[in-house]
This record gives sequence, C-alpha cells and structure tokens, in this order.
Amino acid sequence: MVRDLDDIIIRTCARIMVPFMQVYGLYVFVHGHSSPGGGFQGGCIMAASFILLATAFNIKEAKMRFTEKVNGIFCCLGVFIYAGTGAVAVIFSGNFLDYSRWTNILPTNPVMARYYGMALIELGVQITVMAVMVSIFLDLVTGGSHEEVMKTDD
Amino acid sequence: MIAALNLTFLVFAVIVACAALNVKDLLSAIVLLSAFSFFMCLLWTEMGAVDVAFTEAAVGAGVSTAFFVAAIYNTTRRTKD
Repeated sequence: MVRDLDDIIIRTCARIMVPFMQVYGLYVFVHGHSSPGGGFQGGCIMAASFILLATAFNIKEAKMRFTEKVNGIFCCLGVFIYAGTGAVAVIFSGNFLDYSRWTNILPTNPVMARYYGMALIELGVQITVMAVMVSIFLDLVTGGSHEEVMKTDD
Repeated sequence: MIAALNLTFLVFAVIVACAALNVKDLLSAIVLLSAFSFFMCLLWTEMGAVDVAFTEAAVGAGVSTAFFVAAIYNTTRRTKD
C-alpha cells in the first residue's frame, strides 16, 4: 500500500467509485431518521471511501486530499458538535441533550426542535467516526509514522 | 422470517467461522472472517434487524477487513503455531 501500484484499471475504478461512496454515506446519514442508517454507518462508509483511495493510489495521494491535521481537527469537531448540542440545552435550563430547549434559539415547536437536535448529534457522530476510522487505518498501515513516510518519499 | 433460510445462513456462518479459526494462512483467515461477517449480516437482515445488519456490513465486512489487511501488511502472513 505504501509502494506505488501502477494499475490503471484499479485507479480508474477507485476514482469513479470514491465520490459515489461519499454521496452514499451522506444519504445514509440524512435518511437515518426514517430508514436504517445513521451517523455511525454513514461515517464508516465515508471512511471506507478514504481507505479505498489510500489502497488504490498510495498513502501520499490520500494524505494530500485529507491531511493529518484536517483529520485531527475533524476528530475533535465531531465530539465538539455532539457535546455542544447537549450543552446548549443546559444553558437554557434544561437537561443535557434535552433538544426541546432548542426552541429558545430555533423558531420551531419542540417536536421539530428534537428532530433537528438528533440530526446535529448524528452529524457529530458521523464526522468523528469517519476521522477516527481513517486515522486508525493510517496508523496501522504506516506504523504510526506518516510524516516520516512523506518525508522519505519526497 | 423463513426457518429454512435462517438455518442455512447459520450453518454457513458456523462453517466459515470454524474454517477461519483453523486455516494457516492469515490472509485467508481474514477473507473467511469477512465472509462470516457477511453471513451474520444476511442472518440479521432475514430476522428483521436491518439496522444491526447495516452496521455489521459497514464495520464487520468493510472497515475491519481493511484494518486486518493493514495489520498483516506490516507483520507476517504465516502463523507461528
């Protein structure tokens, strides 16, 4: 996976498949309310698209599109969205993750406020799962030395 | 829910799991474990737990297989025992 595999069929298939996988991950996330799916499965599918990119091309190509810094930011951003959604309810004198308190900010009734609150929670789960799965894969492949791999390849 | 279909998937899952434990080549074991995951996914779909089956297909057959292959890439393909 680190070495260059010069196979035009694999590369072209991966290049065509990756955008569709990412759109499918977003579809699974958005339809998680009414059908099977949700943040975790959608995040896994989006992570699989990056893993496909890293295996079909090489680690360098994948890290050019999704660098280690961005990966770390996404890891924290998902947890921040999740905790922040709960903390806003606490600020408006509710319980933690009591989405109906979002009516103080959003111009909706409590039922729709719960709907949007759950969507935000799922968004946080999706971002964190995607970033952590990609991070685990990159750690396993490179033995935890991405930056050194990139330097030696240059 | 069809009992015969359930039993077929369960028998296949047990066979594939035993093969994954007994095979010497670790890459074959990974592929067999992925097949086990897929049969469990089919079993759960057939029982009506579609959400669990979806998670199993995404994590068990998809991402964890890639993790195991990545682990083998940095270690050895043959077992010591």
